[in-house]
Amino acid sequence: MNELPQQLVNGLLLGSMYGLVAIGYTMVYGIVQLINFAHGEIFMTGGFGALSVWLILPGGTTMWVALPLMIIGAVLVATTVAIGAERFAYRPLRGGPRLAPLITAIGLSLALQQAVWAWYPEAKSARTFPQLSGGPFHIGNVTIQTGDVFLLIAAPVCMAVLAYFVNRTRTGRGMQATAQDPDTAKLMGVNTDRIIVIAFALGAVFAAVGAVAYGLKYGIVDYKMGFLLGLKAFTAAVLGGIGNIYGAMIGGLVLGTAETMATAYINHIPGMQQLGGQSWADVWAFVLLILVLLFRPQGLLGERVADRA
Amino acid sequence: MRQRSLIAMTAALAAGALTLSACGSRDDKGGDSAAGGDTTVVIGVDAPLTGDLSALGLGIKNSVDLAAKQANEKEHVKGVTFKIEALDDQAQPSSGQQNATKLVADKDVLGVVGPLNSSVAESMQKVFDDAKLVQVSPANTNPALTQGPDWNTGDKNRPYQAYFRTATTDAIQGPFAAQYIVNKAEKTKAFIIDDKKTYGAGLAATFKAEFEKLGGKVVGTDHVNPEAKDFSAVATKVKNSGADVVYYGGEYPAGGPLSKQIKDAGAKVVVAGGDALYSAEYIKLAGAGSAGDIATSVGAPIEELDSAKEFLANYKNANYKEAYEAYGGYAYDSTWAIIEAVKKVVEDNDGTLPEDARAKVVEAMQSVSFDGVTGKVSFDEFGDTTNKQLTVYTVEGGEHKPVESGTFTG
Repeated sequence: MNELPQQLVNGLLLGSMYGLVAIGYTMVYGIVQLINFAHGEIFMTGGFGALSVWLILPGGTTMWVALPLMIIGAVLVATTVAIGAERFAYRPLRGGPRLAPLITAIGLSLALQQAVWAWYPEAKSARTFPQLSGGPFHIGNVTIQTGDVFLLIAAPVCMAVLAYFVNRTRTGRGMQATAQDPDTAKLMGVNTDRIIVIAFALGAVFAAVGAVAYGLKYGIVDYKMGFLLGLKAFTAAVLGGIGNIYGAMIGGLVLGTAETMATAYINHIPGMQQLGGQSWADVWAFVLLILVLLFRPQGLLGERVADRA
Repeated sequence: MRQRSLIAMTAALAAGALTLSACGSRDDKGGDSAAGGDTTVVIGVDAPLTGDLSALGLGIKNSVDLAAKQANEKEHVKGVTFKIEALDDQAQPSSGQQNATKLVADKDVLGVVGPLNSSVAESMQKVFDDAKLVQVSPANTNPALTQGPDWNTGDKNRPYQAYFRTATTDAIQGPFAAQYIVNKAEKTKAFIIDDKKTYGAGLAATFKAEFEKLGGKVVGTDHVNPEAKDFSAVATKVKNSGADVVYYGGEYPAGGPLSKQIKDAGAKVVVAGGDALYSAEYIKLAGAGSAGDIATSVGAPIEELDSAKEFLANYKNANYKEAYEAYGGYAYDSTWAIIEAVKKVVEDNDGTLPEDARAKVVEAMQSVSFDGVTGKVSFDEFGDTTNKQLTVYTVEGGEHKPVESGTFTG
């Protein structure tokens, strides 16, 4: 049986999730040139926010009612954490050496992980996440899981909304202006402090949607789910051209597909049996990253600097 | 510019790590307290107390604690009070080695129970052996730990005299599973996956050898990264390989999601694995699709053993927050093995601890023999348990149900 279509779908789904999280890295970088390493943990807190809503809801609530509320819960928790991080961890360091906020971000990432580990009930090992009911869907010989349907819808919708927001609204254009030149933007009457907060908040919203998708797809959330995924999303952002929001999504899709293809096909190449399989997927993903950066240091879509926001 | 900041960052992190580890090794208590009256003997525990595998690790810690309390209550060794010191290795070999160093530095420690992971044990064995401090693992199943790296070619060689274990080895567990799967479950097309760790890769290899010998066909192999959660690409490969059984050499944090994703992909298979899948957490992670999945585990099911009744009742009365899990009974027996060895050493020395108590305990451990919770506890010339029982469990109604117990005799 030809498994290529199925593997492509697997890769694109994984990539969409990377893309949703990557947007947060790229937006914050575009505006304040900060790599927010705590973004993976903001994603994680979103997942626990959604889980909390589910636990508060009376037992037996159908997912069709619960899911919108869970998304709202995830978004609220993630944005609160992100805005808090911006206000108390990053803003005091703005204008300082660039290393200071970077180290702060790493520290914050560890602190958030440990806080959830220590204080969220029973979060010391993975917690199960509610699942959508209904069987998987078959299109030709491609199977799409019920949990993936959410991701399949959410990722493009989120991208469309973001593109509209950045290009068409006043605040969005303010973001573009701040990204291009914060000082001039300020002189033109843009409230750059507010723009920065909005960038953090928007990144958190996308991460929160990604976290709900993660929970539905894998059926679990745990305190360190943001670490590896955050690292991959950051890689996706760099691959697509950091600072470029379309690049983040493209980078995510390319990375996800590359990992899946490496798992599926590398060990079929004669002489490469030892270098294939899932445990090598990360290696091949990073080989791809290095190759792209060798030939296009600005990333896949990096040159559209005017668009970065 | 970018490079300089990277170097600075690495330096800062390294400095931080050094500071932390220095703090860790400073608090060893000086001097031995053997002088007269009541002697305190510390039994160290090393297991993952946090993280994904903490369910198993906390079960081990609680069981050791229970054994020490029982020994004190009964005054099993006159004039000696047992205390435990539990350290968290987070299932990381590096943390395990640090803990080993710390336990060696504490002169009151005369024996250590742990670790859970074979890969962690590898990093600790030499530290303990150099210090002649006895280590009894309730859970390590990799054969090389006791029989040397060439155990498979018949050249068995015990590398460390201070290392013992109450769990049987994968040299028996893998073939035992293969026999059940081919002869009883009648599955002949296997897709074999492992996590490349000491335990997982070793177990998968012993399974594969026996499975092929019995006429089974391996239709595919893969290795997964146990830190990852997305196994959809592997699941698709399994589905298209036509396998009727997936054997996973690895632990439940990855095994559970792997099983779930394989079933979700529509593959008609049962997922089988070793003792590290025998946990309630596995069923939680694998979801409803796990019905019919197979796990083998060391020993007979302790809920059904007469010898374990007292342990089960005491464990319940002690009100531990966590269940004893797969290795609780073995941890309890491991601790008692240390207690018995200490007892012999003390009795041979007119009721006090000798100067070289650690070396004497290692010596005494070799000839320890008593009826424990899991059956007879004694060790062969490699430090392996003489109790080579295993049990097959299948998932039924959301829990592991024992199917049959036995051993592999070749």
